[in-house]
Order: sequence, then structure tokens, then C-alpha cells
Amino acid sequence: MPLDAGKTDTLVSVRGLSMHFPIYAGVFRRQVGVIKAVDEVSFDIARGETLGVVGESGCGKSTTGRATIRLYKPTAGSVVIDGKDIALLEGGELRRLRPQMQMIFQDPQASLNPRMTVGSIIAEPLDEHRPDLKRAERQDRVRDLLDRVGMNPDFANRYPHEFSGGQRQRIGIARALALEPKFIVCDEPIAALDVSIQAQVVNLLEDLQDQLGLTYMFISHDLSMVRHIADRVAVMYLGRIVELAHRDILYEAPKHPYTKALLSAVPTVEKRAQERIILKGDVPSPANPPSGCVFRTRCPVAEARCAAEIPALRKLSDGRQAACHFAE
Amino acid sequence: MSEAASPEPAAAPAAAATAHRSLWGDVWRQFRAHRGAMIGTAVFSFILAAVIFGPMIWTVNPGETNIRARNLPMSFAHPFGTDNVGRDMLAQMLAGGRVSLAVGITAMLVSMLIGALIGVLAGYFRRLDGALMRLTELFLALPILPLLLVAILLFRDTLRANFGPEAGVFLMIVLIIGVTSWMQTARIVRGEVQSIKEREFVLAAKSIGTKEGRIITRHIMPNVLSPIMVSATIGVAAAIITESTLSFLGLGFPPDFPTWGRLLYDGKDFLTRAPGRVIWPGLAISLTVLSVNFIGDGLRDALDPRIRGR
Repeated sequence: MPLDAGKTDTLVSVRGLSMHFPIYAGVFRRQVGVIKAVDEVSFDIARGETLGVVGESGCGKSTTGRATIRLYKPTAGSVVIDGKDIALLEGGELRRLRPQMQMIFQDPQASLNPRMTVGSIIAEPLDEHRPDLKRAERQDRVRDLLDRVGMNPDFANRYPHEFSGGQRQRIGIARALALEPKFIVCDEPIAALDVSIQAQVVNLLEDLQDQLGLTYMFISHDLSMVRHIADRVAVMYLGRIVELAHRDILYEAPKHPYTKALLSAVPTVEKRAQERIILKGDVPSPANPPSGCVFRTRCPVAEARCAAEIPALRKLSDGRQAACHFAE
Repeated sequence: MSEAASPEPAAAPAAAATAHRSLWGDVWRQFRAHRGAMIGTAVFSFILAAVIFGPMIWTVNPGETNIRARNLPMSFAHPFGTDNVGRDMLAQMLAGGRVSLAVGITAMLVSMLIGALIGVLAGYFRRLDGALMRLTELFLALPILPLLLVAILLFRDTLRANFGPEAGVFLMIVLIIGVTSWMQTARIVRGEVQSIKEREFVLAAKSIGTKEGRIITRHIMPNVLSPIMVSATIGVAAAIITESTLSFLGLGFPPDFPTWGRLLYDGKDFLTRAPGRVIWPGLAISLTVLSVNFIGDGLRDALDPRIRGR
């Protein structure tokens, strides 16, 4: 698996992506600051690859995913998907490119309109982008998609509330597949499912990737699941990527102190008592992040230099990228 | 789930046929199962048929006075009795029902249209929210009765001149009731829209590339149908009653033009001598309002797939 995706066939290339949400306060709703949900994030995803994105709640994983497929308008940066920068596109131009990037949502209950049948939910993308399809063709396609995600095609007439969480998530996946996308952002697709169903959905995602050559951005806080599905993993903290590496070397030998702490918290079945790194304090507010390295307030190895200099995401000898002054 | 997954191959064509099961078919099936709604529909249809076709069968002129047959009780010649100038009550009820129902339903439609439109626009487009909600508050703060007096003084003669005396007054009353009763609906709809537009399925529609207009019609509107339906059924009742108030104040239809509200007000002075004059129009108004409420209740349940089939 290539570590430097830039040299191979890159599908998604994100450079300096920032997503700042304004804060308004006072009687006149003046803008008093910004929440830096995502700040200067850069990464590449190769065709057919799965990039895992991990981090604790509120670190900007979902915002990064949503900004990458332009559900938000990014504050700065570029997002090139299949050779086209979509960061600044608007209206019809963006709509025409929608079919190649789709999203699978976290909460399968909330992401399906309760008033629509499963059939019309899956057919919605076809209604929007394939006016050339006849009614019967559309129905065939819906049945085919249901079959593909492992559901009975006759369920097209039913309503979302008649299904279990795992089945609903399959419906969400079928909808995302309807337009034959190249790139799918999976925004915590398994977080709302129970453990036995999680594995089924992840296996389905892997099978589909093999069959259709899909490229995934897999956002999750389940480190073990990301290890299972991802080729490379990006670790985020407070809106920034702190480490980006191939799965094996990241889980074997994390270099950034935050990654070390995060991985030490993964429960294992092995007997050996793992040394657990316990971080002190809370995540600082993204409205007022610390100067220099954002992690320095909780970092066990922080020095004076960390408050002054922002560590760049630099490439280390083994090909991984880490944003720490001391990572070697 | 089991019946659809039946394993015999013979079941496959049958299942394919159900693929055309339509939404409105489901809605109708559920509506029929709602007993209150069915009774409401029967009663409302009866009232509607009575006021539409009744005057063709009971051909007595509602305006014909007979000074010798005043305040008669129920009889074969006058099934609902007569009033204090000897007019036949049944004929007046039938003629009055036409006007009252037409005013009630049309005014409700006007008010729902304005209320739903303003509510959806204010809830969905944040830029319009402030302006539209201030407008709503402005209308809520207006004292309705002085406003009506002014509006009627200003517009009555113009409307009468343009549309004839009856159609002109009808138009004026419907518009005035509609324009002064949409605010509650707008507020309720706005709140619902605001909560629904943050749901993930709206985000999913955006990620698909659905146009804003279709997000509103396909995802937002069906989900705010319940509160609109409830306001609509209450709106019919309120409009019939407001029309009676206006007629009572001499601001609505002319005094010799019967409506249920006017019959009720005219009859209240004869409560002890001829109780039928109050009971019949009162009963008609109550039954209409009640049956419309039940129909609305049934429709709301039928349109919600989570309740449907239970």
C-alpha cells in the first residue's frame, strides 16, 4: 500500500482546509469570534483506498468529512476530487458533481425521511440526477440496490420505522450507492449500531469497496474498527491532523504524544498490563485554542518551544506525517 | 416482515405487483380504519349534501315572511318551525349553511395558505426569518375589531361595485378572516420547519444535490403536515364563528341574508318562546366543527406512516 498517495492515483486531495464557524453575541448579534472546527487540514486519498479519521468527540472529524464533500462551504483551502477543485463551486456546477461523492450518516434513524418509503428514499438521487430513467428502470435499479446491500427487494414499499438500526443503515448505504459514486464519506456509520451489527455493516462496506472500487473516508472514534477497515489513519485533535500514517505503523508505534495516549486507551484482551497514558484536563475550546501546538496544554512532553511555534505536519523517516516538534 | 419474505417462487410476481402500492391508497386504507374520521366524514357529507341539494327539494323561499305564522313550533308545514316574522327556519338553515360553509372553508384555505407559506419561508430561510416573524407579531398585535371596521368601511363599496353585493361581501369577509387568522399557523409551522431542517435526512438530501425547492416540498412539507392539519380544522370552526360575529355587528352580510351565525344571533332573543331558533343553527355549527375536527384527526393519523398500520 503506497504511503505517499500523491505519487499514485490520487482521487481526493485536500489542502489547507479550514472550517471556521462565526460566534455571534450581544444585542446586535455582532461577530465576536470564530470556532475553528477544522484548521489547516491537508491529506490525500488514493483511488480505492480507505482513509480512517479518528479522534475524540468535537475534534472536527465530522466537520472535515462534511466540508470535504461540500456540505459546508469551507472558510479556506482547496478540495480537489478527481481533478476538480470543488471548494468554491456553487449551485448547478456543484450539483452536477454531487453524484461522484456521497455520504453515509451516523444516525440511520435520523437520516431517513420517516414519511417516505424505502423505495422513494433510494430513488431520490435517481430522481434528481437521472431524469432519463423510466419509472420501471428506476424501480429495477432500486430493487437491485436493495439486493446489493443484502436486503429483500420487496422491502421497497415499507417505511423506515419498520426496520432495525442495521437495516436502516443498509438503506442509507443503498441510497449513497444509487449514483455510482467514486468517493464515500462514512460519518461514524457504525456508532449508533450494536456491536454484532457493526461487524456486518463494516463487512458490507468492505465487500462493496472490492466490488465497486470505492474510495472511503471512514470517520470513527472506534479505534479497533478503524484498524480493521482503514489503509491509512489520520488522527485529529482540536481541528488539526496530528498524525497521518499507514495503519500498521501507526498502531504499532505511534509517534505523536496524543496518538500514544489515544491508542493506550484501547481495551485489549491480552493479559499484559498496558501502560495507560492518562491525559490531564479537558480539550481546550476551539473558539480560543492554545498558541503554538494545540496539544501542548495536555501534552506530557511539552516544552517552552511548543507554546511559540506551531508544529508543521512533517514527514518522518518511515513515511508517516506527524505534527510534533519532538517526533522522530 | 415474514409475509413479504415468503420463500415460494409463486410469491414473486405477487410481490412485484405490490411495488405499485400507492401512498394515497395507504392513506385511504388507514383513514377508513379511523372510526371517528369515518363518522365525521359521513356527518360532514350529509351537511354538505343538505345545503347543496336541500334547497332544490325544500323549495320554500327563505325570505318569504308570513305575519300570521310567527314563532311556530315544529310541524309538517315547517319542520324546523318559523321565526318572528314567519320565515321558514328549514329554508333559512339550508340557505345559511351554504354561506357559512363556503366562508368557513374558503377562509380556512386562505389562512392556511398564508400561514404555511410564511411559516415555511421564515423557518427555512434564516435571512427572511426576522422580517417575517416581526410581520407576524405585528398582525398578532393588531386589534382585530377596529381593523375590521376600517377595512369594511374602506373596501365594502369598491368590492360591491366590482363583484355584486353578495359576492363582494363574501370576498371581503373571507379575505378579512383569512388575513387576520394565519399567525398561529405561521408560528407553529416555523418552529416545526426549524427543527426538521436540522435533521440528518435534510442534510442527506443536500448531499444528494436535491434543489432547495424540492427539499421543502419533499422533505419539509410532509413532515409539518400534522400541525397544519390541526390548525386547518380549528380554522374552519373559527371562521364560521367569526363570520357570525361580523354579521351580528352588522359588518358582514346584510340582515335579510341568512347565515348560521346570524340565525343564531337573531334567535337568541326568543330563546324561551321558540328554543328551536337557537338549537338548529347551534347544532349545525357544532356538528360541522366537530365532524371537521374528526376528519382532520383521521387525516393526520393516516398521513403519518408511523401510526399507519397500527
